[in-house]
Amino acid sequence: MGKPTLLRASATLLLSALLGACAGVAPRGSGDLGVIIERAAGKVQIVENSSDSKLGEVAGLGDLSHAHVVFSRDARFAYVFGRDGGLSKIDLLTRALVKRVLQAGNSIGGSISQDGKLIVAQNYEPGGIKVFSADTLELLADIPASYGQQGQRSKVVGLADLPGNRFGLALFDAGEIWIVDLKHPRQPHIGKYANIGKQPYDGLASQDGRYYLAGLFGEDGIAMLDLWNESAGVKKILANYGKGEEKLPVYKMPHLRGWSIAGGYAFLPAIGRHEILLADTATWQEAGRVPVYGQPVFVMAEPSNRRVWVNFAFPHNDTVQVIDVPSRKVIQTLKPGKAVLHMEFTGRGDEVWVSSRDDNSVVIYDTTTLSEKKRLPADSPSGIFFTTRAGRIGM
Amino acid sequence: MTLCPHPRRQRALGLLLLASSLAPAALAADAPSPQRQHELRHLLLQDCGSCHGMSLKGGLGSPLTASALADKPDDSLVATILYGRPGTAMPPWKPFMTEQEARWLVEILKNGQTDFVAR
Repeated sequence: MGKPTLLRASATLLLSALLGACAGVAPRGSGDLGVIIERAAGKVQIVENSSDSKLGEVAGLGDLSHAHVVFSRDARFAYVFGRDGGLSKIDLLTRALVKRVLQAGNSIGGSISQDGKLIVAQNYEPGGIKVFSADTLELLADIPASYGQQGQRSKVVGLADLPGNRFGLALFDAGEIWIVDLKHPRQPHIGKYANIGKQPYDGLASQDGRYYLAGLFGEDGIAMLDLWNESAGVKKILANYGKGEEKLPVYKMPHLRGWSIAGGYAFLPAIGRHEILLADTATWQEAGRVPVYGQPVFVMAEPSNRRVWVNFAFPHNDTVQVIDVPSRKVIQTLKPGKAVLHMEFTGRGDEVWVSSRDDNSVVIYDTTTLSEKKRLPADSPSGIFFTTRAGRIGM
Repeated sequence: MTLCPHPRRQRALGLLLLASSLAPAALAADAPSPQRQHELRHLLLQDCGSCHGMSLKGGLGSPLTASALADKPDDSLVATILYGRPGTAMPPWKPFMTEQEARWLVEILKNGQTDFVAR
């Protein structure tokens, strides 16, 4: 009886080896994979962070001058949102473009739902969000960001996925926060909060999905909604942090995401100031400031939350600073290269990858020693996205 | 900007370039040096592109395509670049360029001489 089983087993092995060869994929996990946006070339690199190398690339993704990536919950597929409204689904294992739709004229990003079944794109033109099947990219709902008596459409910023297949977003032109419930994707339910402040420029959901925050450009302060207590409405926190002083010109808008909450504080970029604002997450009162090298763009806590890394807007964009959370002091100033655009931590935070657009490289730092470990060539790299995002809220 | 040659030398360079390559941008009386033009194109693509898009079709900022700018007076566009637009997200770029350089940017944008941008 042993022989036929062995035969059958080897035939199965042979078959799967052949199938594997046909698809061009040796079996491997995807938990250490990532995507680097090569913004000027309209392509992405597929990389892995176990031995820090490039595996391949996928081209033909359009204008990636402002791109965002989310991952399917099995961490096999990456969804790339391009500036030109392109939404591309990429298979990280075969390194192939699976499907691409042009869903808007001008887009800045998107999110994936808690259940992994819905992809939502946030658009400037036409202003609104669109809901797609994560599987087929079929359009399920088109939600215009209409406001006012004449039904003008606003640019949408700060889209973040929330528990319960809901999404938070902010309307730049209208000064509103919307919470969109997509339990029934073809019949979305929209909760609207008006007069939340002038010109929200980006938003974030805390990692537990409890708070939705929208940073304001047109005034000092941050609009905050507690989703465990929605009836309390949107509150303004850190109001008047500029104390009436004229703000510096802003050459690049800061970016907000849920990773800036660490050690009981939210570390938030001050608009037009060389400062990071601290809010105590128990009371949402200001808990201090950290003076930094320039105007912060990304303020990101290490997965351990022990340190926060910051990059800066033009013309201070050759620098990254590291802040120690317990002492709230800058402990290291790094010069990775010209035009640093983004940083991404590995899942457990042993490394951070930093993109230097004008040096055409991605610089990998060891977060224990804060020293450079490796440099990978890349063509005008901007965003770096690791598959560890697949299991996180607010990405 | 230490890389920017003296205006008089710029003109001389412009004439040299005119003689050698007949590059259209060099026809303007006060065109920046070729190296400075390269830097300004880079700034336009990358830093203006942060808000206006690398294809210049707009983003948080308005579109900068030739058709979008056609009916706007040069002087007001130059002033917008140099001094920004208060109440909007457009910052002043005067610390990083001269008035002639802003005028040259307006000229190439209006003439659609922007083959270097993303399509």
